[in-house]
Amino acid sequence: MNASLAVPAIAGRADLGAIAAWVAPGASVLDLGCGEGLLLNYLKQSRDVRGYGIEISDANVLACVKNSVNVIQSDLEAGLAGFDAGSFDYVILSQTLQAMRHTEEIIMEMLRVGRQGIVSFPNFGYWPQRLQILRGRMPVSDVLPYLWYNTPNVHLCTLTDFEDFCATHGVRILERIVMQEDRRIRFAPNLRGSVAVYRFEKN
Amino acid sequence: MSNSVGAVRPQTMHFDTPLACRSGAVLDAYDLMFETYGTLNAARSNAVLVCHALNASHHVAGYYAADPKNVGWWDNMIGPGKPLDTDRFFVIGVNNPGGCFGTTGPASINPRTGKAYGSSFPIVTVEDWVDAQARLADRLGIARFAAVMGGSLGAMQALQWAIAYPERIANAVVVAAAPKLSAQNIAFNEVARQAITTDPDFHGGDYYAYNVVPRRGLRLARMIGHITYLSDDAMMEKFGRSLRSGAINFHFDVDFEVESYLRYQGDKFSEYFDANTYLLITRALDYFDPAGACGDDLARALAPAKARFLVASFTSDWRFAPERSREIVKALLDNRADVCYAEINAPHGHDAFLLDDARYHALVRAYFDNVAREIGTEGTA
Repeated sequence: MNASLAVPAIAGRADLGAIAAWVAPGASVLDLGCGEGLLLNYLKQSRDVRGYGIEISDANVLACVKNSVNVIQSDLEAGLAGFDAGSFDYVILSQTLQAMRHTEEIIMEMLRVGRQGIVSFPNFGYWPQRLQILRGRMPVSDVLPYLWYNTPNVHLCTLTDFEDFCATHGVRILERIVMQEDRRIRFAPNLRGSVAVYRFEKN
Repeated sequence: MSNSVGAVRPQTMHFDTPLACRSGAVLDAYDLMFETYGTLNAARSNAVLVCHALNASHHVAGYYAADPKNVGWWDNMIGPGKPLDTDRFFVIGVNNPGGCFGTTGPASINPRTGKAYGSSFPIVTVEDWVDAQARLADRLGIARFAAVMGGSLGAMQALQWAIAYPERIANAVVVAAAPKLSAQNIAFNEVARQAITTDPDFHGGDYYAYNVVPRRGLRLARMIGHITYLSDDAMMEKFGRSLRSGAINFHFDVDFEVESYLRYQGDKFSEYFDANTYLLITRALDYFDPAGACGDDLARALAPAKARFLVASFTSDWRFAPERSREIVKALLDNRADVCYAEINAPHGHDAFLLDDARYHALVRAYFDNVAREIGTEGTA
């Protein structure tokens, strides 16, 4: 495979690499569901970014403190009421959208608080998953490693679904990267890509 | 007593420079009682000031050789190998002016009159306390604290440090805090003060001359306060509706265990705490409102702060609920200050900040690990 198509990974995650490449140096970033703060730590070190993470889990909040990353323990499902409109350059939601209950609300909140939003999510249209459904089973893969009864994912979508959502919700897509592992997929992305990353703003 | 700082000795520092209080009153000269644990490093960069809340003192950790049961009020947090590790940090506890543990307060003799200050002791504020603490730091040769830390009213002092002395504090650890009291908080304080001032033994605050103490008022004040420190669930868990004698007795004396507990707490407190100090400290709580001078804009009030912040609240704390800490976090965020905020799921109410909760202590430990790394005290003993 062409090496120029490879996306450099951060903490083993190519989607974080793609996100980081979009963030302008010196920008302010709010990372929703920031986990252990690895993306924020990277952005702080390499791009002089002033970032804050939001996390609900005690273990991740502790990890963020250990990683010297600003973190605010809060439940995303309750929205971003503590944040003023337009107070961040970017609001990021990586690999979390599909597990949110209030999907529409969080996208709108991202675009209220941030000038731009960035999301990454597993593409449900990825062909091995379609194949598993054709075989009569719920898909299980490296990007969707759960079984139907223990998955946290409640709002899975395909690239086409997400793009339709944006069109009907006044969201303008600025950039898109579709990947399979760390390789960029340009041809038939909704079929061949397992993970998608979008950057968008309000129409 | 493993990982205790061991037997400690309080010290006194005398100050001749008058302390000009926000009230306009002036404290001509005063003594501050304090304790220190650990060793100040050569760079004098590893000092941590621990600020006390309503009922506590400079005796933060360790015990007294002559009174081994008198263990410092935050001993579970501070000591060798503890979250605030005295092998790395030089920790200072100080009793604030107006206190009743050896620092100059209402029970002290006013050199001008030769009598106890009593009702004439200046109304002191959090700002005044922090100014006094800064002078103590000057005398100890500490230009800048690695951290100032406190819970509840102590957390307000840490906030005030960050605002008033931004160059002198690298980190503020703000636990179970509020940026100002609510009407309900003030109301509870007022009931406590009324209990004291309406006690016939109060004598307008000058009870020392009569050799009496407004003990009944202090008891009530403590009982009221104590209820606000505990959560409904914690009280139910601890006492339920348990009966002292196994049956109700159709009288107004103690039937329920919770009554017995409150009476015991009240009795104990009234034996060692000064009623005037209680009045002063509750007033300092009422008056603390850094946003007040900035058009009620807490972000503007915190704008001078340069410290990094650890803010922690407890889910069951209804005295200073997590929402109050989030106001602080929001204001810090508006200033793009560095802040970590944790909402600890603990059942104990406001008192949780004094208790040994694993998640809470792990958080404080991790935070101070970073502070130690910054000042390069890792591995120093």
